[in-house]
Amino acid sequence: MLRSRIIPCLLVHNKGLVKTVNFKDPKYVGDPINAVKIFNEKEVDELMVLDIDASKENRGPDFNLIKNLAVECRMPFCYGGGVSTVEQAKKIISLGAEKVALSSAIIENPMLCKEIGEAVGVQSVVVVLDVRRKMLGGYDLYTMNGKKKSKRKLKEFVIELNKIGVGEIIVNSIDNDGKMLGYDIELAEIIRDLCDTPITILGGAGNLEHIKSLIAKFKVIGAAAGSLFVFKGKYKAVLINYPNREEKTSLY
Amino acid sequence: MIGIVDYGSGNIQAIANIYKRLNIECKIINNPAELESAYKLILPGVGAFDECMKQLLESGLKDKLDELVLIKKTPILGICIGMHIMADSSEEGNLKGLGWIKGKVKKFDISRIQSKPYLPHMGWNNISDNNNHKIFDKVDKEQGFYFVHSYYYDCDEEKNVLSTCHYGINFASSIYDHHIFGMQFHPEKSHSNGIQLLENFAKLELC
Repeated sequence: MLRSRIIPCLLVHNKGLVKTVNFKDPKYVGDPINAVKIFNEKEVDELMVLDIDASKENRGPDFNLIKNLAVECRMPFCYGGGVSTVEQAKKIISLGAEKVALSSAIIENPMLCKEIGEAVGVQSVVVVLDVRRKMLGGYDLYTMNGKKKSKRKLKEFVIELNKIGVGEIIVNSIDNDGKMLGYDIELAEIIRDLCDTPITILGGAGNLEHIKSLIAKFKVIGAAAGSLFVFKGKYKAVLINYPNREEKTSLY
Repeated sequence: MIGIVDYGSGNIQAIANIYKRLNIECKIINNPAELESAYKLILPGVGAFDECMKQLLESGLKDKLDELVLIKKTPILGICIGMHIMADSSEEGNLKGLGWIKGKVKKFDISRIQSKPYLPHMGWNNISDNNNHKIFDKVDKEQGFYFVHSYYYDCDEEKNVLSTCHYGINFASSIYDHHIFGMQFHPEKSHSNGIQLLENFAKLELC
């Protein structure tokens, strides 16, 4: 039986790993390569690393970092941040990443998905959607690490992506980021209904029960988390952690 | 030495790193002459069928591979699309495959998959191995391997199916014909199970 994927999501800021709350107040949590080594030992299902500075600083991906991470990863590795061309995507895959995540560039030009898919295989194209709940219901789509509200409508855009064909859609809740109070299930339902591809939900996981209820509802889904896998205890001490095999089995 | 065939496709570095850690000599090879010196070969592959076949043809390695695999019986392990191109043809493309193990690569019928997500079949899935082949020694089949694909290898003859996996249908998660092996999943991205399998392949003695 195909199992749900439980995915640590690491954020890179000023070359170090950080964890944010509502996309703000980055707190330093360690060195990226060291974290990958620990996640190798813990046999994580997949690993996602997002450079949260790249698009904001209007620069491309840090290929040196990607290479160093990909060499270490003994699990599928997804990289995102600053990717805006077919050439960059090809290079990232050639450096040993399985997947390349796109956000701002795709929201500007969705057809870029198709071009990148043709070059590296559709299964390697991941679209990250940063969304924020609207005051009176519904959701807005954001780019530039939550700085800029997009004119695109979330639902229409997901339908469009599904038509173009992508390997995976990751939905990241800006409201829930770092809060550790649970996933936005309503948001996950909306996205699940509108597309056929694998989806991964990010933002809000604070304990394994949150992941368990997400999986119970959707059966096969990607459950991603940042804070949960880098902090421990109520004082949020930095400690990289991940459920072991038995703990994981109890979540399916 | 184990030769990793470098024809411009696939995650070769990850495989090389695993062998390095295992202290098993291996080399990334991109020319026909050097292929001769490998006692076993790994054929990686990512992306689409035609793109992979095209790159293999342009690399100038195909004829030498045919000779080593079909005449000299050098053991070879194809991974993902590296397995698919061992087929006669694929629904994903128009080019002819290598035709080493009789079969056709087909797209999953999504009407057989009960609920979303449909394709790709992506993530960790368990495998069943009915042959008790040595290549799966000490591999935890319940834990299984990491898969990412929308097409599967449909063998003409059941005797070539080495293990199966379920996704809507039972499909061949690995195939073999004596010294030729193909894995649909990614051992290089499957933690201890994948490392064990790559070690088993390196140590495998075939009569």
